[in-house]
Amino acid sequence: MSLEKYKDRNIGNQNYKLIGHEAFPQTNGEKFERVMKRMVKGELFVGLWVTVRTMFEALFKGQMHTTKYPFEKLPISPRYRAIHEMLRLLESGHYRCIGCGLCEQICISDCIRMDTRYDENQRKEVSEYTINFGRCIFCGYCAEVCPELAIVHGPRYETSSEQRASFSLFEDMLTPIDALKHQKEYPGFGAVSPNADENIKKTPLAY
Amino acid sequence: MSSNEITVKIDGKECKSVEGEYILNVARANDIFIPAICYLTRCSPTLACRICLVEADGKRVYACNAKVKDGMEVTVTNEEILQERRAIMEVYDVNHPLQCGVCDQSGECELQNYTLELAVDSQSYAIPDTIRQNKNWSDVLHYDAGLCIVCERCVTVCKDMIGDSAIKTGPRGGEALPKDLKDTMPKDAYAMWNKLQKSIIVPSNGTDFTDCSDCGECTAVCPVGALVSRDFVYKSNAWELKRIPATCAHCSSGCQIYYETKHTSISDPTEKIYRVTNEWNYVSLCGAGRFGYDFENRVQGKDEEAFALAIKAFETAQSIKFNSAITNEEAFMLQRLKEKLGVKLINHDAKAFKDFLTSYAKASGKGLYGGDLKEVMKSDFVISVGASLRNDNPNARYAFNHVQKMNKGAGLYFHPVGDTLVSTFGKSVEIFTHQVGQEELALYLILDLFADKERLDDEIKEYLASFHRHEKRIIKEKIMEEVSQSVTDKETGETKEVIKKVPKTIEKEIEVEVNGLVEMLGGNDAFYENFEKMKSKKESFSLIIGEDLYYHPHLHNLSRLVALIEEVCGMTLVMIPPRTNSLGVAMICDLDEEESGYVIGYNEHGHFRLGSRGFSKLDIPALNQQEGTFTNINKRVVPTNAALDYHGYELNDILNALGIGMRQTIDFTPQLGRIEGFKSQNFDDLPNGYTNAGEELRGYALEVVEVNKEEIKVVKFNESIVINEGEIAYRCNPQRQFNDFTDRSSQINEEFGAYVSPNKAKELGEEIEVIFEQGQSFKLKVIVDDRMQGDIIAIPDYKSYQNVYGVFGRDRYKKVTIKKV
Ligand code: SF4
Ligand code: SF4
Ligand code: SF4
Ligand code: SF4
Ligand code: SF4
Ligand code: FES
Repeated sequence: MSLEKYKDRNIGNQNYKLIGHEAFPQTNGEKFERVMKRMVKGELFVGLWVTVRTMFEALFKGQMHTTKYPFEKLPISPRYRAIHEMLRLLESGHYRCIGCGLCEQICISDCIRMDTRYDENQRKEVSEYTINFGRCIFCGYCAEVCPELAIVHGPRYETSSEQRASFSLFEDMLTPIDALKHQKEYPGFGAVSPNADENIKKTPLAY
Repeated sequence: MSSNEITVKIDGKECKSVEGEYILNVARANDIFIPAICYLTRCSPTLACRICLVEADGKRVYACNAKVKDGMEVTVTNEEILQERRAIMEVYDVNHPLQCGVCDQSGECELQNYTLELAVDSQSYAIPDTIRQNKNWSDVLHYDAGLCIVCERCVTVCKDMIGDSAIKTGPRGGEALPKDLKDTMPKDAYAMWNKLQKSIIVPSNGTDFTDCSDCGECTAVCPVGALVSRDFVYKSNAWELKRIPATCAHCSSGCQIYYETKHTSISDPTEKIYRVTNEWNYVSLCGAGRFGYDFENRVQGKDEEAFALAIKAFETAQSIKFNSAITNEEAFMLQRLKEKLGVKLINHDAKAFKDFLTSYAKASGKGLYGGDLKEVMKSDFVISVGASLRNDNPNARYAFNHVQKMNKGAGLYFHPVGDTLVSTFGKSVEIFTHQVGQEELALYLILDLFADKERLDDEIKEYLASFHRHEKRIIKEKIMEEVSQSVTDKETGETKEVIKKVPKTIEKEIEVEVNGLVEMLGGNDAFYENFEKMKSKKESFSLIIGEDLYYHPHLHNLSRLVALIEEVCGMTLVMIPPRTNSLGVAMICDLDEEESGYVIGYNEHGHFRLGSRGFSKLDIPALNQQEGTFTNINKRVVPTNAALDYHGYELNDILNALGIGMRQTIDFTPQLGRIEGFKSQNFDDLPNGYTNAGEELRGYALEVVEVNKEEIKVVKFNESIVINEGEIAYRCNPQRQFNDFTDRSSQINEEFGAYVSPNKAKELGEEIEVIFEQGQSFKLKVIVDDRMQGDIIAIPDYKSYQNVYGVFGRDRYKKVTIKKV
């Protein structure tokens, strides 16, 4: 590509259009006249009126637009990536995590660690699980890789606390068992795509 | 086996090989990939998976059991083969639980790999699933039948390498395959499925427990997560573990291993060994190597006070006592200390071995025995004398077994303690449970049976002949006798004489040649007859000798006999060094007979004790925390690396304090070159692995130096040393125990006690006191070893503080008095 066009800096030759507007005041008298005209026009009050109206609506008509943080919080997009949550199986209430270690492996800042063991029911038990939030960059890889939709990003974006450790253990992240009925399926990062069924081939089964 | 070199073409690539080699092995050696699941290098092909199907000269064959022929052209893949392979993988995936996420194979799974390799993304077959239960087969084995693909690799390795044959295929109880599949499905896939659907793996003794050697080799070869060691189940993903190439520290086999390490837990970042793995195609471990890995010595830091005391102790010491569970470098440093300080070096096991080797060298003209276990494995007749094969060196036992299973071989086993396992290795194994002290006779019998008589002295020939005598024996023989009977015809009423043949046993007197040696050694009567069969068509012979001969009042005569056998019988000879590095120590150190004065114990008893067990005055690193080299039974100098870190002092620090050290311990490795046979190679240049063709690239091989051969005569057997009455104690470790390190390992739980045969146990009760002639005594728990026979009791020597070596002195068998407690 030739750069000629860009190298031509002779702007005088270009075809600028001037937008139509009033003629500029030429004499001092004309200038004074314009100042006075603008001063006595009610434009200032047009603006003020908007404020007053909104104030009125907010105070007396119950149309308040301010969120009273921290008493109120705005709903957050499902794709927002905040502090992790560990979900449970809706049917049994057992935690979903199977201890596969994929999140631990994929974590870009190497901040997940877990201990597992063979439990009495011949299952793999997650005996300890932790995320070091001092290092987590909230990239969402862990949620995306999780085959069980067990680890997900929750909406909890307030991450200041006396100690970082205070929300980084398995128990802290796990849906409280009594809140199980409020547990929502996670639609965000790594969730099953709506057309997932169309994308898989079915395996024949015999019973 | 002929070694004619031939050329074959695999997928157009010219490959050189020898006749008799399998196509698969040739391909692997030439970096050509042929899918294969069930085949194990060194073991017999089982044709369980059939995925190695290839086309050789236009015919469909299985690469793992078809042998190459000169000029053969092999096609690895074509349309039809690909269909078979894909169908096979589809079948393997039928009802395989979707547990990959938790499976201990964690992606290192051959089922996954081949499923992906053959792009199986849909399934055409289905059959109802069968409930298959998880089982714990032993203290170490966990079998998840649901995951098992019945490739039979575990069964094969246990039979062909290990020799226990502790597991087999059993009924699965699955439904029969739909009839129509036979015609519609690819042929080999159908055959494979048909077998798979019927089987599962079970212990072969009919119980729920294997009751085996607990070597764990079956867990190593399992291509999926079906067989895992109990300790490792669901502990860690493979990808998290760091693999540290090393050498097992426990016995003289010096097997290649990897220590696999990871942080201990979330709250404890110190590295910990989670398991030991190996190159199972080329090396087989025993239970000590596989499970005895957590013997490290954790110290907080450098204990300066203890170190100062140690230096003082070294300055005053007159003797240093140690054993051979040390590296070559440590041995070299101890030798240096001897030269600098003039101390005596006392090492029980290496001294006995060295005396034997020196005496053998004089008689044979060679500094070292001629063979190694690899050559033994290739032979087809193997003899073992003076070794408790099962306990002294597991790999020698594997070799003995391998010869029987793979080379249609035969074997003779001479030992005073009966062993019920060895006799199961093959049909042509003859066991001689001789009396203690008759080892020379055993060697004379070998001479008699195998020697090229032309090359023997007249004196020996006469001596051997003197054992032979002719004897009249009455034997029973079956013959067909003709008898006449009168038979009455029913219709005609006529009576006829009919001649019939009936079998009859008669007694017959014949003259037989009796070999008095066989009789004296407790061989059975039929031996002579059997022996002809055993020996026929055999081409290569090997002899394994063990510790009984080094700890023997007649060790010099024995060593000469051994040298003579090696020469005139053309046998491959291997000597089992008593402990991990006895061979290295014997070559490197100048050892003294008796300790005197102030003794420093280096991992041993002494006035000042340095050791890697807690009760020492100065801690030193254990063998999984050290770099260095070992000299193993195969006469190789093999490297080992530190799996875990160590923060305390080591021997080199003491040398440095005394002004004779080096910067690092491994700076001594090239210095070993000063010793005859060793090479001057830097530690970091030593390889530790195997090639695809199975060639061992580990460290370097010792050079066997020639020494002056002296004319030495062997002397006749003198009966006076035979112990044939009273109670006898034998210094021998239980399986999987070798030294303080195995003792410390949490998964090795064989206890310190008196190991006896089941019969003897009935007689002895629960606990005994064993009193030696010199007055020492041990109170021991009686422990039954199902595989022992006879009355001899075995007392382990693996706990150095029990000083069992000291009590036995230069014998391995002692007369004792046993009191029940
Ligand atoms: S969000 Fe990213 S950085 Fe944070 S734990 Fe998950 S993978 Fe690791
Ligand atoms: S990826 Fe999911 S199932 Fe696997 S360990 Fe992490 S949270 Fe558990
Ligand atoms: S347990 Fe493992 S090695 Fe044994 S047959 Fe099953 S899959 Fe093969
Ligand atoms: S542990 Fe060893 S002896 Fe026991 S079944 Fe497995 S391979 Fe055989
Ligand atoms: S103890 Fe011996 S046979 Fe067993 S794994 Fe170690 S070196 Fe090999
Ligand atoms: S590898 Fe040849 S049949 Fe399995």
